[in-house]
This record gives sequence, C-alpha cells and structure tokens, in this order.
Amino acid sequence: MTPGSGLHLKTFFLLLIMVIFGPLGDVLLSKGMKDLGEIPNWSPAELAHLFVAVFTSGMIWLGIACLIGFFLAYTLVLSWADYSFVQPASSFSYGVVALLGHFVLGEVITPLRWAGILVICCGVLIVGHTPPRTTDHTTDHTTDLTMETTITLERS
Amino acid sequence: MITEIILIFGIVVVGTGGEICLTRAMKTIGEVHDFRPRALLNVFGRAMRVGWMWIALLLMAAGFFSLLGMLSLENVSFVVPVTALSYVVGAYGGALFLGEKVTRQRWLGVLLVCIGVTMVWKGQG
Repeated sequence: MTPGSGLHLKTFFLLLIMVIFGPLGDVLLSKGMKDLGEIPNWSPAELAHLFVAVFTSGMIWLGIACLIGFFLAYTLVLSWADYSFVQPASSFSYGVVALLGHFVLGEVITPLRWAGILVICCGVLIVGHTPPRTTDHTTDHTTDLTMETTITLERS
Repeated sequence: MITEIILIFGIVVVGTGGEICLTRAMKTIGEVHDFRPRALLNVFGRAMRVGWMWIALLLMAAGFFSLLGMLSLENVSFVVPVTALSYVVGAYGGALFLGEKVTRQRWLGVLLVCIGVTMVWKGQG
C-alpha cells in the first residue's frame, strides 16, 4: 500500500461496507434457515426439497444480497491490499454479528462467549498491526496472465 | 457431531482456500482506481477471464453451502466466531501460495484467535 490518503480512504470505506454487510447477511441467512427448521435427514430428496425452500425464501435472498455487497467490496479491496491485511481488518464483524444475534435474533450469549469474541478481536487486531503488504508489489503472476490470455484467445 | 465437523471444514479450509485464490486473481488484475459502474463492470469482466477466479468461486460456493448447513444447526453467534479458524488457514495459505511473510507478531494474533475460538466453543449455551 502507498501512503496516499486516497488509498486509505477507499480501503477503509470498502472495509466499512464489508463490516456492515457481512454480519447483516449472516444474520439474515441464519433467520431464514431457522425459519425453514432443522434438516431431518441428508437424503437427496430431502436436500432437493431444502434447496427449493432456501431459494424461495425472501429472508435468504435479502441475506444473499447483503453478502453480494460484501463480496464486491471484498473483491475490490483485494486488488490492492494484502489478504493478510484485509482478513484481520474485517474482524470487527465478529462483534457486530454477536450484537445482531443477541438483539435481532434474541440469541443467548454467555459471558464466556462474549470473552471469547473479545479475545478473537484482540488477536485479529494484532495481526492487523503487522505490515499490510509483505510481498513484492511487482510479484510475477506469469501463470495467471497466461491463464487469462489463453481464455481470451480461445474466445476470440 | 461428524456433520458439524465436516461443515466446519468446508467453511474454514475450503472457503479460505477460495479466498486465497480470489486474492491471487485480483492481484493479477491489479489495483482498481476507477469506481464508476462501467469501469467496475470492466474489472469484473477481466477478473472472470482469470482461471484462479473460477477456482475461487467454486471453492467459496462450497464454503457458502457449508455455512448454510451449519447455520441451520447452530446459532449464528456460535457459527461465525468458529469461522475465525480460517485465520490459521489464511496465514498458512498466504505464506505458502501468496508468498506472504508471516511474522511472530502475526502468529501471536493467530494464537489469540484460536484461544478465542475455543472459548466461544466452550461458552456454547
């Protein structure tokens, strides 16, 4: 990462989108799946029935929409930032999802679980304070470029 | 219990493997500067021509369906913190496949994450 403020601004803006939309998508998916009930067995017929039920649930579609927003932001930020920087930086979603689970879904969260979430956040913050880029900026991706070129040539 | 372990493996190992492939694909594309809709469409169009992106989507889809299955069995405030184990897989994967240098400080953070995950597991209601 360069020290440019514009770069930091767009990085933290996309991280903010990730931290909001990721947990929200998880909670909506959880609510949608809970509404469907526990899977009685894992037979193909039951799974096919579940598949139809999942994709006709508005709650699940809303969750999927949030996760698509999360995924787009995640994909874009990975085009310039390290994976090992982005992954910890999005750790605040653990606190967000616990709060949503507690206040929106009414889930009971024990003190030990709260403490565990706090330790997780501390851990990922320490990881996040390591250098955001540890690889050479001009890493050779010859193999990747070859794959891209091959596909392009095949289509032309 | 075996079902839960398989689903956690799907979320943590398979899903994180997909994210590492995604990182590789986006690093191939290069830094995005233009955020206008047409430019973003162009970026995603280019990304879809990178082989790593397709592998990433496949693995992340497997991880996603594992997440769906797990969420039908357990509370979200339990499932999501358990996925923090992906930091261990991410650290190894980043070092092995992306050439990232995992320092002692970074491993300390990963250790704390593992302790936190264990506490979340023990604290299951």
